[in-house]
Amino acid sequence: MGAGHHHQLYRPGDTVVHRLPPQCKLPAVAAFAVVVVATPRDAFWAFGVYALLLAGVAAAARVPARFVLRRMVVEVPFVVFALALPVIGLGARVEVLGVSLSVEGLWAAWNILAKATLGVVASILLAATTEPRMMLLGARRLRLPQTLVQIAMFMLRYMDVILDEMRRMRVARESRGFAARDVRQLPVLAKSAGALFIRSYERGERVHLAMLSRGYNGSMPIIDDVGASAASWAVAAVLPVAALATAALSWSLS
Amino acid sequence: MTPPPSPPSLSVRRLAYAYPDGTQALFGVDLTIGRGERVALLGPNGAGKTTLVMHLNGILTAGHGTVEVAGLPVGKDTLGEIRRRVGLVFQDPDDQLFMPTVREDVAFGPANLGVRGAELEHRVREALERVGLPDVADRPPHHLSFGQRRRVAVATVLAMRPEILVLDEPSSNLDPASRRELAEVLRSLDVTVLMVTHDLPYALELCERSLILSGGVIAADGPTREILADDALLAAHRLELPYGFAVADRPS
Repeated sequence: MGAGHHHQLYRPGDTVVHRLPPQCKLPAVAAFAVVVVATPRDAFWAFGVYALLLAGVAAAARVPARFVLRRMVVEVPFVVFALALPVIGLGARVEVLGVSLSVEGLWAAWNILAKATLGVVASILLAATTEPRMMLLGARRLRLPQTLVQIAMFMLRYMDVILDEMRRMRVARESRGFAARDVRQLPVLAKSAGALFIRSYERGERVHLAMLSRGYNGSMPIIDDVGASAASWAVAAVLPVAALATAALSWSLS
Repeated sequence: MTPPPSPPSLSVRRLAYAYPDGTQALFGVDLTIGRGERVALLGPNGAGKTTLVMHLNGILTAGHGTVEVAGLPVGKDTLGEIRRRVGLVFQDPDDQLFMPTVREDVAFGPANLGVRGAELEHRVREALERVGLPDVADRPPHHLSFGQRRRVAVATVLAMRPEILVLDEPSSNLDPASRRELAEVLRSLDVTVLMVTHDLPYALELCERSLILSGGVIAADGPTREILADDALLAAHRLELPYGFAVADRPS
């Protein structure tokens, strides 16, 4: 791209994983997540295998562990919820380090933590190896509803414009002595949010006019197209198929 | 220039329009722009300039009167071809550039016309070269400078090979260098240009002929230099040259 600007989730590179067409990667990650969720929670070894599979993908894509760990912060709310479960859970209880914990709660916490973590890591790897706009291209190739893909595309394009507008409004507020100290300032912030919403709405109308002026007729023309060969599909399938084999084994053992 | 045997690029006859809320914006506009001309449409804020522009490619439909682009009347059944022929460049490039990369944005118009593959690539490259930005194709629009974005906005309509280029306030918010670069680009183009502005020096720099739209009608039509030298005319229509700026009737 040569621009030096990249989305913060994306990590430029030229590996097998980067080169895979997006329409192969998206279903591969989705299938992997489904298989992980369908695995019985007491099959500890299976989760170990999944983790190894993801580590393999990360190694192939040359995505360092630190990069993945930093982006795993998004999972924190789930972790907090999962950690609360053993404390508030009902049923039989066990003593751990002097704290009484629910057995069922512990299982539920492990279940959520393990499956969510694997899912999050898989999507981080997807985002790290696929540019956001390629992701949308893939979504369109997979025939996801046009309108949804277009909305996502505009979000990607206008996020910075709207954030910029928000920043200018904040600077204008603060230049006139405003400081958000406590709840009493909330109405001002709410009005700013309202104004921002209206501005964005009006921009949306202007953009639509600009699109009509250039012959838009409801569907985006396909400009960049990325074909996927059978080989790419096969490479992308390695992850979900290996996971499925693991899951099948765990089902037959349980 | 040889006298054109073909119809004029733009011909507007007795165009009147009232907004749905009853506000009358245009009261019978008549104007003709010949092929290859560069014309400035001058007028104060609220004169109806933007309303007129919206009629030129059929975004608004005339309440009364007709608009013809190179002989083709603007109507429901001709909208597709009209929008190819009239390249509208909006004032805010962020409204005009809505695709994730410059290349896709420039390709959007011609792709809607059914152009694909190598021909599409060629059109994109050619349009970006004509605005002097051949190297920005793969960048996202929001990472360009404002002046570059405005020039890319011009490229997005050039790629559709329009009969007439209509620019809404092309010089607004540009720093002097970007202003000059845009002027160089516009001067180098071989298409008909209608430039809507209240930047009078810019009109003088780029357009031989000017029209004044005031109160919903064409109030004056003539060589830009003569119009700008007529202080009484300008004053009557709330137009003013910048401080310290005077235009002689004849170039000295």
